[in-house]
Amino acid sequence: MLEVDIEYRLTALDLDIHFRTGRGLTALFGRSGAGKTSIINTIAGLVRPERARIVIDGSVLTDTDRGIFTPTHRRRVGYVFQEGRLFPHLTVRQNLLFGRWFAPDRGSPAVHLGDVVDLLGIGPLLNRRPGRLSGGEKQRVAIGRALLASPRVLLMDEPLASLDGRLKDEILPYLERLRDEAGVPIVYVSHSVAEAARLATTIVLISDGQVRAVGPVQQVMGRAELYPLAGRFEAGAVLAALVAAHDTRWSLTELAGSFGSLLVPRLDVPIGTALRLRIRARDVILAVSPPAGISALNVLTGRIEKLVPIEEGAVDVQLRVGNERLLARVTRRSGETLGLVPEREVFAVIKTVAIDRRSLSRWGSAAGQSDMEVFDS
Amino acid sequence: MGFPLMVRAVRLSLDAVDRRLEEAAGTLGAGNINVFLVIILPLIAPGIVAGMVLSFVRSLGEFGATITFVSNIPGETRTLPLAIYTLAQTPGGDLRALRLTIVAIILSMLALLASEILARQIGRRLSGD
Repeated sequence: MLEVDIEYRLTALDLDIHFRTGRGLTALFGRSGAGKTSIINTIAGLVRPERARIVIDGSVLTDTDRGIFTPTHRRRVGYVFQEGRLFPHLTVRQNLLFGRWFAPDRGSPAVHLGDVVDLLGIGPLLNRRPGRLSGGEKQRVAIGRALLASPRVLLMDEPLASLDGRLKDEILPYLERLRDEAGVPIVYVSHSVAEAARLATTIVLISDGQVRAVGPVQQVMGRAELYPLAGRFEAGAVLAALVAAHDTRWSLTELAGSFGSLLVPRLDVPIGTALRLRIRARDVILAVSPPAGISALNVLTGRIEKLVPIEEGAVDVQLRVGNERLLARVTRRSGETLGLVPEREVFAVIKTVAIDRRSLSRWGSAAGQSDMEVFDS
Repeated sequence: MGFPLMVRAVRLSLDAVDRRLEEAAGTLGAGNINVFLVIILPLIAPGIVAGMVLSFVRSLGEFGATITFVSNIPGETRTLPLAIYTLAQTPGGDLRALRLTIVAIILSMLALLASEILARQIGRRLSGD
């Protein structure tokens, strides 16, 4: 359990942040300059706001009201910086083991070098120096280095921001494994909605120095009214699904969930695997009667919950489909002519080919999700 | 007398160290002393070596301070420049003075060469290659 309360006057904005989060990966999500990095710097003790209270698993690291401030090096918070910050004069192995010299469990470490090296696939790099590593390799070593210091919480400040698309795709699976297997709660700063949708267990949406929403990724991502708040993010709902069947003849995979079933391009995962699926609002077509004679394979039945007007004559429609939410972006004109209003039953058409590899990822441990509370502030 | 040169060289290399590495070391559990010993010191090593060599080379030419405070006693406080001075004052000592001058030049060249090689090695190590 991580408790964060911060009041911090910065030159550009005033931070007033309060949230609680648990296991898994918590994405601090919002546009650049929203104060996200200042939050994790406060958790790490790198900055000292006027008022702050940081508690990890019951131990108070910062409490300005009671005059408590634990120095960074005694906090046991792992920190993965945007630019890696590997020590240039040490080999990869020495970098990885750096935190071990100071860890309290030096004698019988909870995290083993071999495990971390396997998890991150950095075995071949151990004897090299940081100067000759690629950006993606550096970032993986930086993650391993933070993990091996046996942190109580792992802070990551946009670790993928400096990498190009291909390298991002290379590292994302490692981050998923980290979330699911390392057992360390992660606080992950990101301004990318795709990253947050793919990795987060819990989302903390931050805008103008304030927390706008906290909750499980599905619930926050499925709320149309949050997108304009947080900037021009590409709206898209996140659905939970299980792999139900493979269709080798047509190279398709069938996913099942409370929304019904969806066909997606063939996936190479066993039946029964829990997946998360991000469906961008602009990939969804709405119809008021059951569509016939169309090429799209997926038609889900849902009920309109809310319409949120956005710029350029478009409107985001929030649907309830089973226990899930789905977002569809349509023009205001279509909204009017079709008579889209709350409570109306509609059919959402989703092209199978619009769902690519990047919109699908492992669900990860959903522990403690049901008792997470969603709130607005 | 060469001390300011040393300070300057160390100072310059201290400024060149990326302060953000100290933060990184802090999050990994290293306190201030450890950060200095394990991160700062190795990173400024080339500066320290360069400063030491500069000081050494400067001391080869040290004349005033030596003769003022400890005078010019043969076999005890007679340094290379004092010996050259003494010989140059002695009739017929010019040739020997010249020989000592060449020794002084070779010494300083060797020191510079050694420092250059050393600094390059450390630099390569520190740049992370």
